[in-house]
Amino acid sequence: MLDKIGIAKRIAQEIRDGYYINLGIGIPTLVANYIPDNLNIVLQSENGLLGIGPFPKEQDVDADLINAGKQTISMLNGSSLFSSAESFAMIRGGHVDLTILGAMEVSENGDIANWKIPGKMVKGMGGAMDLVASADNIIVAMQHKSRSGASKLLKECTLPITGINCVNKIVTDMAVLDVLSEGGFKLLERAPGVSVQEIKDSTEGTLIVEGEIPEMKID
Amino acid sequence: MINKVVKNATEAVQDIPNNATLMLGGFGLCGIPENCISALVELGVKGLTCISNNAGVDDFGIGLMLKTRQVKKMISSYVGENAEFERQLLSGELEVDLIPQGSLAERVRAGGAGIPAFFTPAGYGTEVAEGKETREFEGKMYLLESWLRADFSLVKAWKGDTAGNLIYKGTARNFNPMMATAGKITVAEVEELVPAGELDPNQIHTPGIYVQRIFQGEGYEKRIEQRTVTP
Repeated sequence: MLDKIGIAKRIAQEIRDGYYINLGIGIPTLVANYIPDNLNIVLQSENGLLGIGPFPKEQDVDADLINAGKQTISMLNGSSLFSSAESFAMIRGGHVDLTILGAMEVSENGDIANWKIPGKMVKGMGGAMDLVASADNIIVAMQHKSRSGASKLLKECTLPITGINCVNKIVTDMAVLDVLSEGGFKLLERAPGVSVQEIKDSTEGTLIVEGEIPEMKID
Repeated sequence: MINKVVKNATEAVQDIPNNATLMLGGFGLCGIPENCISALVELGVKGLTCISNNAGVDDFGIGLMLKTRQVKKMISSYVGENAEFERQLLSGELEVDLIPQGSLAERVRAGGAGIPAFFTPAGYGTEVAEGKETREFEGKMYLLESWLRADFSLVKAWKGDTAGNLIYKGTARNFNPMMATAGKITVAEVEELVPAGELDPNQIHTPGIYVQRIFQGEGYEKRIEQRTVTP
């Protein structure tokens, strides 16, 4: 089984040179720490920045420079600043190459639920609905099962959905899976020490297993 | 040049009536019109509809206007981080309309640009699409979203001049430029107000035509929600 850092490290392997990337809050934010140094990529913050850098030194903290999680950040050389309308224009316009976000549930046809739990205070969807409806390349970081052991990879989402037919790939604590356009979770890799049978038992939606399933390689 | 300068926030917001619809710039607590919010609390105007990406925190930003029960309805994309907000919402004192962030930004932009509605993919197939017209374009489904406009827009900029031209700093720009265009009366508060001619016209983010009132703000607290540093 992978911990959160393991999931972040495995997702980082999906990043290619030249990508513009939007990282969601939580595990996706951690991915930034494991992107190989030899890749030139640009991180987008949907409040209005391309070129997110590391957290600033204490003396460089600027209240006018935050990311979408409202954390203080720095800017890298070559950064640009713009309005939130411009930011979502570049998202909807398909200019962002990769979107990585968390989920509470994903269905076998690529629907995602990650904004609302009935009976709990609804905080809002923020930019999640715009991102999932617009991006061509979406990777979801999530736990395979709930704390009570129920699968979160389902035939159909039970929670209110954020977007439909949009997830391409999922990295969980147990596995890497593609969501096929015709429906179904195709198993690509197993987490270290996790068997195909355990993944089958933990996946409620249709799981497609073809041939030998290799174990993930994580440094 | 037309002089847009008013003395302070009190003068800038004095004629905002009960039940007005306001837009307030800012993302979280970044780039919010701090002086105007304080003046509204002092003015005690009630029944406000506030269009703003977030609703502040308990003791800062729009949270201050929630505490004094001045807000009837919030139109926002994300309203966490605020216990008083949650209490008023659950008790039914406060109405909330939650909108995807990009749709909110574009609806405000459309309001200022004279575009009454537009199609967006955000929210298609979700509860956001309920009751809305949908249409297919080149094999993909979209839903119709309408413009947003306000009686007053309250925006915050870094620098401004007496003609109402504005320059923002960092990610404090966020919703401010669109909201500046979508208010019948737009009030801009700035950290540094200079005479017309001192700002480089090449660098202006919001042209003065959109701004009816501008004043030099004071005592900016610029509170930080998540202070994250590299040791």
